[in-house]
Order: sequence, then C-alpha cells, then structure tokens
Amino acid sequence: MEVPELGIVSSFRFAWRQLTSMRTALILLLLLGVVSIPGSLIPQRTQNPMRVREYFVNDPTLATWMDRLSLFDVYGSAWFSAIYILLFISLIGCVLPRSFEHLKVARALPPITPKNLDRMEFHHRWSGSGDELDLGRSWLVSKRFRIREFDGAISAEKGYLRETGNLFFHLALILILIGVSFGALFGMRGEAIVNVGERFINIPTTYDSLSYGKLFRDQSLPLFSLTIDNFEAKYSPLTNAPQDYTLQVTVTEKPGATPVKRIIKVNSPLSFGSTNVYLQANGYSPIVSVRDRTGAIVLQGPTPFLPQDGNLTSIGAIKVPDSDPQLGFVSAFLPTASRDKVRGAISVFPEALDPKLLFSVWRGDLGLDRGVPQSVYRIDTSKMQKIALKSLKVGETYTFAEGSITFDGFVPWVNLQVVRDPGKIYALFGGIVALLGLLASLFTRSRRIWIRSNTSGEVEVAGLAKNSAPGLENEIGLLIAHLRKVGE
Amino acid sequence: MTDSSWAYLSNYLVYSAMAVYTLAFFAHAYETAWAVRAPEVDAPGGNLLVKTFDYKRTEKVARVATAFMILGFLLLFIGVVARGISAGRVPWGNMYEFSITGALAFCGAYLFTLRKYDLRWLGLLVSIAVLLTLGTAITLLYRPSAPLVPALKSTWLIIHVSAAIVSGGVFLLANIIAAAYLYLDSMEQRGERKTWAKRLPSLEVLDQLSYRLVAFVFPLWTFAVIAGAIWAEHAWGRYWGWDPKETWAFITWVAYAAYLHARVTVGWRGRKAAWLCLFAGSTFLFNYVYINIWGTGKHTYSGL
Ligand code: HEM
Repeated sequence: MEVPELGIVSSFRFAWRQLTSMRTALILLLLLGVVSIPGSLIPQRTQNPMRVREYFVNDPTLATWMDRLSLFDVYGSAWFSAIYILLFISLIGCVLPRSFEHLKVARALPPITPKNLDRMEFHHRWSGSGDELDLGRSWLVSKRFRIREFDGAISAEKGYLRETGNLFFHLALILILIGVSFGALFGMRGEAIVNVGERFINIPTTYDSLSYGKLFRDQSLPLFSLTIDNFEAKYSPLTNAPQDYTLQVTVTEKPGATPVKRIIKVNSPLSFGSTNVYLQANGYSPIVSVRDRTGAIVLQGPTPFLPQDGNLTSIGAIKVPDSDPQLGFVSAFLPTASRDKVRGAISVFPEALDPKLLFSVWRGDLGLDRGVPQSVYRIDTSKMQKIALKSLKVGETYTFAEGSITFDGFVPWVNLQVVRDPGKIYALFGGIVALLGLLASLFTRSRRIWIRSNTSGEVEVAGLAKNSAPGLENEIGLLIAHLRKVGE
Repeated sequence: MTDSSWAYLSNYLVYSAMAVYTLAFFAHAYETAWAVRAPEVDAPGGNLLVKTFDYKRTEKVARVATAFMILGFLLLFIGVVARGISAGRVPWGNMYEFSITGALAFCGAYLFTLRKYDLRWLGLLVSIAVLLTLGTAITLLYRPSAPLVPALKSTWLIIHVSAAIVSGGVFLLANIIAAAYLYLDSMEQRGERKTWAKRLPSLEVLDQLSYRLVAFVFPLWTFAVIAGAIWAEHAWGRYWGWDPKETWAFITWVAYAAYLHARVTVGWRGRKAAWLCLFAGSTFLFNYVYINIWGTGKHTYSGL
C-alpha cells in the first residue's frame, strides 16, 4: 500500500481518494443493506411503540442498552445516517468528475485505431480487394456508429448512451436523497380522531399527535376544515374482512370559502397542495349520558374507543371528572356481542348488529390533576374503588348509588392522517430518472470496431465489447460478410 | 359461471398443472440420466450458450419434457386467471395467490429464457421448484377466494405486485443457476466433472447467464420498489416508512446493485459473484416467506 505523506492536505486527499474509490463504495453499499436488517427484526418506535414498551417492561437493562445503541430507532440513528451519508459523499465524489469527463468524451471522436489489432477480440485478417474501407465506412455509418479515420484505418464506436444512462442513474440517486431530506425538514405529519358529525379544523390543537420537520413553521399549516358527514364501512359476511370504506366530508378550503362535498377512500386521499388527508383507521364512539344523584347530567356525548381486533371489540374509558366523587367507567364496546370461552365477551362481527356496552363502575380520584399525562383509553384505578359491573344495550339505563348511566347509542369515528411532504415530488422525479438511466445503461451495448487496410491489400477487423456485452461477435461477422461481399 | 365455480375450476387447474409438472419432472429426470456430453462446438456467429451439450440420444424426451413444461404453464396460467375471476379482482390478495402466481412467473422466466438459451438441463430443478411451491401453496397456504381489503384496492397493486412477482421469478432462476455454478465448481476443483454433469454448460457460461438474468430484471425490480412507494403514498400517507417488507425490498435492491457493481466495476467473477448473487436472492426469499408469515407491519396480507 502506498504510504501517504504527512500533513493535513495530503491526508485529506488520501482519505478522499479512499472514500471515493469503487471498493469503498461497494463496501458501503453492502454495509447499508446489512445495517438496515436489525430495524426490520426489532420493533421500531416510529412504527410500533407498544412493542418497544414491552421490551422495557420485560428486560429493562437490556432494553436500555438497546436504546443506547439506537436499536429502537435504527433508521434515524447516527450510525445508520453515517453510512448512507458516507455512501453519498463517495457517490458524489465519483460521479460528478465522471460526468464532466463524459461530457467531454461524448462530444469527442473515438480514439484512433490501436497498432496491434490482433490483440483485440474477434480479430480477423484476410487479403482484400481494396474497397473494404469504403464499404466499411458506409456500413458503420448506416448503423450509426461514430467514426474516426486515420492512416488507412477506421475506428468506430457506438453505445455512448450506456455511460450517459449510468451517470443519470447515479445522479438521480442523489436527487432522491435530496427529496427525502427536504420532506423530512419541511414536512409535517399529524393524526386526529374525529367522530362522525364533528368538525376538524387544521390547527395544531385539534391534533391528537403532531410532528414537524426541523424547518417547518406553524403558519405553514393550510387553514382548511372538514366536517365528517358520513362514514360507511362494508364487511364481508364470510370472512369478516373489510371490503370498502367510504368517508364523506364537507370541505372548506380556507376561511370564507364555499364548502364543497368530497369523498375520501383508503387509496384516494384529499389533497391541498402538498398536504394530503388520509383515511387511516376507524372505530366506534359509544354515546352515554351520566347523571348524578340529583338526576343532573354530568357527562353526555361520544367517547372514542380503541379497537382490539378485526371485529372491532373495543376498549375505552369514560371519565367523569365533574361529579362528586369522581366516576370512571372502564368499558368495552362490542358491535356484535357474543361470548368466547377463553376471551370472555367479544365482538364477532365489525358492524354494529347487536351492540353492547360493558363496564365496571369506579369511584374515587381519577388522578387527572396530578399532571402526569394519561391515556384517554385507560383509567388509573389505583385511587379508586370498584362499585359495580354491568352490560347495557342501546337505550338502557343502569342506576347505582352515586347516579346513573344511559347508553344512548354510538357513532363511528375515523382517524384522519394529515401529511405534508414537499419533497416527495423530487423523490418521485429522481426515481423515474434513475429507472430510465438504469434501462439505458443496462440495455445499451457499448462497443468499438476497427477496420484497417494496409498497402499490400491485407484487411484486418477487430472489436472490443465493453463490460463483455454479448452480440459483438455476430455484428463483426455481419460486417465481415459485407466487406467480403458474401451472400449479396 | 358463478364465482364459486370459477374458484373450483381454478383449483382443478392448479391440481392438473401439478400433475403435468410431475410428468415434466419424470421426463427431465430421464433425459438428465441419459443425455451425453457434447463435443466442443465452435459456433461462428452463433451464441456460445446454445451449443455446449448434446441431446442427440434424448432429444425426443427432452422435447416432451419441454412440452409438458409449456402445458403446465398454460394450465397454471388459466388457473391463476380463473382465481382472479372468481374473486372479481387481480389474483394477488393473499399468500396462496402470491405463491401460485410466483410459480407461474418462475416457470415463465424459464420458458422465456429457453427461447434464447438451451436451459433444458435446468428443467429438472425448475420442475421440482415449481412442484414444491405449488404443493406448499395448496396444502399450507390455501385460502378461499375472497374480495380484497380496502388498502389493496388500487391500480398500483396490479402494477407493483406483477412487477415484483416477475422479478422474483427471474431472481429465483438466476439463483438456481448461481447455485449450479457453485456446485459444479467445487466438483471441478476435486477433479473432473462426474459423467452426468459433463453435459451441463461450462462454468463461464453459467456465470454469464446468471449475471445477464439479474441485469435484465434489476430495472424491473427497481420499478417494483418505486411503484410500491407510490402506492404506499396513496394508501398510508408516506412513500417510505421502513416497514419490514419495505426494508427487505430495499435490502434486496441494494444487494443486487452491489452484485452488479461487483461485476461491472470491481470485476468479480465466478465463486465470489455467485455467492453474492445467492445472498441477494435469499434476501428476496426471506422477505417473501419470513416477513409475510411472521413479520409485523402493514404488509402482512398473507391471510394466514
Ligand atoms: C458510492 C458511490 C458509487 C459509485 C462510485 C458508483 C459507480 C458506478 C460505476 C463506475 C458503475 C459502472 C458503470 C459502467 O461501467 O457501465 C456503476 C454501475 C452501477 N451502479 Fe453505481 N456507484 C455508486 C453507488 C451506487 C449505488 C448507491 C447504487 C444503488 C444502490 C448503484 C447502483 C449501480 C448499478 C445498478 C449499476 C449498473 C451496473 C451495470 O452497468 O451493469 N451505484 N456504478
């Protein structure tokens, strides 16, 4: 190995040359594949926070260590980023100079014919009749070869598109990366659960969860609002699998605009510029009225419940902080109620054919004032006392010592996902260019053919196929047949 | 015809295709046992890959075997189409359907390559692979025909999945050839080839062939990944989310890109290249089998 001179400049140059070498690029490429494996086997926080939490519960020490190594967030981790950033630096370092080189080559003539053609592939020699160069020239020109003549020899080349395509492919990979980063920096993504009949306004406080790119500003949220008019879900009576979801909304694009009716489906989001609204999930919100001892209403309305299975067996928490003492209903909603030997009360079909609300009633302190964020689907019963267990059908009321609860009905809810990604268009464009470049590069045969005719009438033909592309032998066979006027 | 009679028809066709592939298997076994080594042929202007071995003694059986392969392909093709008609959609909704279509694509890739290169020596392996795939599909993965869940209702499903399945078929073929390369190579390193192996193509030809197959489908696989990203953007609101299925599609892509690089720019040939090819192919299989059945994530449509 070459020993580099000391000194910052030269060691930098040495590092740069190493980094942009083909071998390093290949290793980095393979490495990128290998390091993306753990993220597909270990649950990731961005996709499956529940399973990550399980790791912490089951083995806290191990989980803490895994967390230190970013194993729950592989694709955002420093080491993953380091590898792809190095790869792309290497790519830029190699491809940009090559592009300039190619620009020059693409306009230049092919290099002159080498002296010793017999060292080349498919070399043939015979004594000719003197008109071979003319015949050869017209044949090569008609096949759109680029030609250079020098000293009784023709040098012809074809297939420049291969290198052009290859360069475009690699440059497009850079464009894809730019698109991805742009989207991550200037985008946003949020989710909100909205009951049918309610209105969603696109401001930060209406979201259940919301995350911004580092350079996103609040004012960039387009001020649209949606009213959920209707949600219809169709299920297969045979397999219980969903067949169709249709969400009807009334949209106001900006304050003061005339509302229009629109439809959102799973594969067709609603678009406002680079912001899209997706239909992501659905469930039920039971509607209850809770009264205190005097009969005064202390809570009324729908509460979204969280589905637990494909038949929408849902759990939820109805919290009544304004009664005295505070009340909590740890509940389950079953759209089509049935009993299972193992799981107890479950739903057997996702449509509400025989809806039931099951709950246990708790009294005491809901713990909402302690400042610790609580799940809306669960109740912290550590400071509470269970006083009853009951199941109700729609319209029924259950009365207990502290008051009563009436199961008034239910509405579906939908989970709207709002995404803004201004970079995706660049990524898409990059993808298309990469594909076209790849096709051009892989399906263009790049080759050279030489013909030489010396003064004694001897003719030589030879060729060179770059990347050992097939077919040159045939082509040269045809050329020779033409020069020797075989079969014409 | 009603939906369920189309579904029955599809099942019968898949069974008949299996019967025909079994016949193809026996015919190939026969010609594998009795064909002889070819004299070295120099074929000016002809393709070197064509004429490396000799079927003189078994030509008839080899033809019969290929005819069975084609018949099996046609039966399976109609079977897959009938399955689609019975469900009123493209037949790519669960793992049973992916598998029968995958077997179809694999056999199709073999027959298509056969038009240009004499690959009949591979027929035995191809018929075994198709029979195994169809066998597991029918016994372990079978699900009654049913409509699609909403997330799968998209034109991009047709585009993405068909591209992915065809790529898979060709990757598998390239893999089998790379495996044959490694096997024959280690046989040659121990001495001369065994008699039965003498009629198989030279190592160099195998090396080239698996490379060409990969170079041929790599753009299609690239397209499949892009189409998947576009569809994910429509259905889930992000075009890339490092879902396990996506991650492994990416790994497969990177691995094959590395393979092409290693060949074109670093000049890898032979054993090293064949191992890399096998590695890349196994990431594809892993994605199909493991992630579909045991994986979590949004892509688990196996219906199991
Ligand atoms: C890191 C820096 C990279 C460098 C320096 C580089 C350089 C090259 C070079 C010189 C070629 C040869 C083209 C030819 O001679 O025909 C090539 C081909 C190719 N590269 Fe890269 N590349 C890099 C990264 C990548 C990446 C990240 C990918 C995709 C994952 C990729 C995929 C390909 C493919 C598919 C080919 C085509 C192979 C063929 O022509 O048969 N490259 N690259």
